[in-house]
Parts: sequence; C-alpha cells; structure tokens
Amino acid sequence: MSETPLLRVQGLTKRFGQRVACLDIDFELWPGEVLGIVGESGSGKTTLLRCIAGQLHVSVGEILFAAHDDIADLAAIGEGERRRRVGHDLGFVHQNPRDGLRLAVSAGANIAEPLMNAGMRHYGSLRRIAADWLARVEIDPTRIDDNPHHFSGGMQQRLQIARNLVTSPRLVLMDEPTGGLDVSVQARLLDLIRQLAADLGLAVLLVTHDLGVARLLAHRLMVMQEGRIVEAGLTDQVLDDPHEAYTQLLVSSVLQL
Amino acid sequence: MSAGYNFAYLDEQTKRMIRRAILKAVAIPGYQVPFAGREMPLPYGWGTGGIQVTASVIGPEDTLKVIDQGADDTTNAVSIRKFFARTAGVRTTTRTTEASIIQTRHRIPETPLKAGQIIVFQVPIPEPLRWLEPREVLTRRMHALGDYGAMHLKLYEDIAHFGRITTAYDYPTLVNARYLMAPSPIPRLDNPKLDRSAALQLFGAGREKRIYALPPHTTVKSLDFEDHPFRVEGWSQPCARCGTRDSYLDEIVIDDRGGRRFVCSDTDYCDGRLAAEARPS
Repeated sequence: MSETPLLRVQGLTKRFGQRVACLDIDFELWPGEVLGIVGESGSGKTTLLRCIAGQLHVSVGEILFAAHDDIADLAAIGEGERRRRVGHDLGFVHQNPRDGLRLAVSAGANIAEPLMNAGMRHYGSLRRIAADWLARVEIDPTRIDDNPHHFSGGMQQRLQIARNLVTSPRLVLMDEPTGGLDVSVQARLLDLIRQLAADLGLAVLLVTHDLGVARLLAHRLMVMQEGRIVEAGLTDQVLDDPHEAYTQLLVSSVLQL
Repeated sequence: MSAGYNFAYLDEQTKRMIRRAILKAVAIPGYQVPFAGREMPLPYGWGTGGIQVTASVIGPEDTLKVIDQGADDTTNAVSIRKFFARTAGVRTTTRTTEASIIQTRHRIPETPLKAGQIIVFQVPIPEPLRWLEPREVLTRRMHALGDYGAMHLKLYEDIAHFGRITTAYDYPTLVNARYLMAPSPIPRLDNPKLDRSAALQLFGAGREKRIYALPPHTTVKSLDFEDHPFRVEGWSQPCARCGTRDSYLDEIVIDDRGGRRFVCSDTDYCDGRLAAEARPS
C-alpha cells in the first residue's frame, strides 16, 4: 500500500434543515482497499456516499481525494473543477441499475459513453472496448447492440459496473450493488466485484445493509447508526466480536441458516 | 405599407429587447440567449422566432427573401414575404444574390452567401441536447461544463444499428470549438455551408424563446468519429430540371404508378441555372 490514503474524510457533517443525516464522520480509505459501511435504513450511509460523489453539498467537513498529483477537497470545489481534477477517477454504482444506465441506448453505447466523455472519438476502438468489457462482466458480447431495457436485473447491474470501470477509476462508490437481486445472482455478482477489484487494484467504498455482502467483500467495516460511525475495524473482527451494543444487535439479528 | 402598425409590426421597445439578445448571441457564438418572445400573428411552428428576429434587424433599405424548404413560392414563404412587404414596405425578391436579409426554414440557399447578407433561421427546437436530457437545468449545466460526450451516443447508435451515421437533418454541430448547436432542421448537406460563412447567421426559436447566432467566419464543425467522418448525402441522379449534381434534391411523385423525379429544392438556384443555359453565350 502507498504512503497516503486515497480518500480522507474529516469531520463530515450533513444536515437537512434541522435534521442531521451524517455527524462528524472521519475515515480513511487506502488504494486497493474495500471498505464496507453497514447500518440500518436511515442511518446516513447513502447520504455519506452521495456527499463523496458530489451529488449533495456537505454542511461541514473535508473530503480529501488524492487526485493525480495533488489533493482535492471534494467538499470545497465546484463541479467544473471537480471534473477537471478528479475526472474519471471516481465511479458510482447505483443500487438501481436504471439510475446509472441509459435505458434508451444500446448496451455498447452505455459502456462507450464514459469514454466518449473522456474524448475518445474512434468508433472502432469504442466498439472493441465495449465488447471486451461485456465479456469481462459475463454478458454475451453478441448482445452489444441490445437495449439494456431487455436485460435481467443482474445483467443490468453488471452492465452498470462495466460502465463505471471502463475508464479505470481508482475509487468506486457502490450503493447496495446487490440490492433487489435474488441470492444466486447476488453470489455471482459478488464474485465478479471481488475479482475485478483485486485485478484492477480498485478501492471500493461499499454501502450495504447486508452483513453477508460486507463479510464477503469488505476488508474493513464501519458501522453507522443515526448518522454516526459507532464502530470500525477489520470486517471479521467487527462481525465476530462486536463491541458496541448496536453492532451486537445488528449481528445477532442476521438469520443463521 | 399598411397604416396602424409600427414599422415591421413589432413596437420599438420589443425590437430593442430582441436586438440586445441578438448582440449577446453574436458575442457568444452558438450560445442560446433567452428573450421575451412576443405573440405574432401566425401560429407557433410557422416561423414566429424567425419573423421576430427579421423584424428587429430589418430596415427600410433592405431587400427581403423568404424561403421554405428552399422554395420561394410555398405558403409560409409567401405569407411572411407579404407580411413584411405590408408592415415594413421593404423590397422583396426571390434572388439570393439580391437579398440583404434571407429568412429561411429548413434550407440554406445553394448560392454562397456574401459578406453583408443576413440569414435568419426558423428554429423549432433550439436545444441540441433535448432528446438526451429533458430537464432545462441540466442541459444548461451540460453547456456550461462543455459536457458533450453523450451527444456522440446518437451517432454511435446510428453506426451500431445501420453501419453509418443516418442523422439526416438538424445534424449537431460544435461552434467555435465551444458550444454545441442545433443548426435547425436543415439537411446534413447544408451543414458545411454554416462553416466560416461570410454572412451573419441568426437563429430564432419562437416557442422556446431562444436566439443564437453565428457571426461571419465562425468555425462550425459537424460532430463525427475519426473512423466515420462526417459526409454529406448524395443522389444517384442529377436534378431533372437543371441537371446539377451538387444541390439538395427533393423527390417528387409524379403519377400513381410509382413514377418520381428529383429536382432542386432551391427554386432560385434551379431557375438561375436554367436561365443561364437559355441565354445565348
């Protein structure tokens, strides 16, 4: 691992009027690391992710991202500067693939779009890269011209992941990537994410309420409750030996088969 | 000139407001400037934007030509020409070379425009990103950030499904290497005429209340891919009247047995070529 963290969040607080969604969040994420955030619905997980993704303005705090040669405070810069300095180093996988895909255009175009945004203007290369990525996310490349509208939920989610990874980001934010999928599809998707993250040396910030998903993917885990991080540590340590009462409750409420 | 109306129908304050919008549009080529569009005595979609722009730039010394799909004798062209003949008392013409202002719908004349001429386009949908993003707030942000990569999606889809770019009209262009611009529904063949034209080109959208402009000699690049460059369309046969091969041709059905012929859509250009042939050399 390198000397400096890829992402350092310091004192992040997000308020919606009087209501506090995230309070005084501090953490670091290192290159190649998968950090899980667990907690029940409404605990501020997704709000935190959306603050980092630039979709929400932070009330107080710093989000320091190690851009190419300097450190950018994502909480302080505007969208234009964010694009210039962070560019495609940061991806976002939505829980619902329909939020992260363009359903009106073909699967190939969905993968090619981020490359076109980055300035690639060669149809042949775009096509080749799109076909290559479809194969990598286990979608039959002959479906390159099919509309993702006709894909299954699992395929749509894999397509969304391909669309996010095609520009080789260094950090990918994932918001419940396996939500709404049946268990066998989830298992394949988890394998895929784990393999891609390892192959590409990706750092992943993974929000989930599914402790099983967290156990499989995350190296480290943070537990959130009412906007605060109540416990953090190595995944196995947090799940096998929870210290906080809330974490104990969370772990014990998982059904054991 | 009919009494009871101000010169060129619009009141002077309105014309000043529109001229200010035009000045801003000329200063920022390709940028869509909002303006307080007025109700005009013709329906939206018939050229209310173009007619307001024309009314604001026209003077008593001007000579006006109006074309619709290249023709001077279609209903829309005839009514707008008559409208300005009555309300402004200006000279009108069908000759491209004689006109100082040309208002047009769906075409640019084949005869190259000269310095000093103004061409006014009627625009139905000024926002080239609209098919991609229905929210105005977001399209404005995309323009501000120059976020135009997604515009190539349409071209990508064309090639993926048909093997070539099939967008035939309103072909998206990049103005002065900055703003993405809808050239109005002119055929693709007319796009190269926008580039570095010597004439001032003004675009008016009445329903959407937007004005944009290309000052003379502005670069206008049609979007394309490196391995699928922009190409204009061609026809398998020449114009059935004047025999030209480089003009935009309309397909006209001439009987009910499948007979058809192709003739120039620019009537002035076609007539001009016929007259030149008839003239003894």
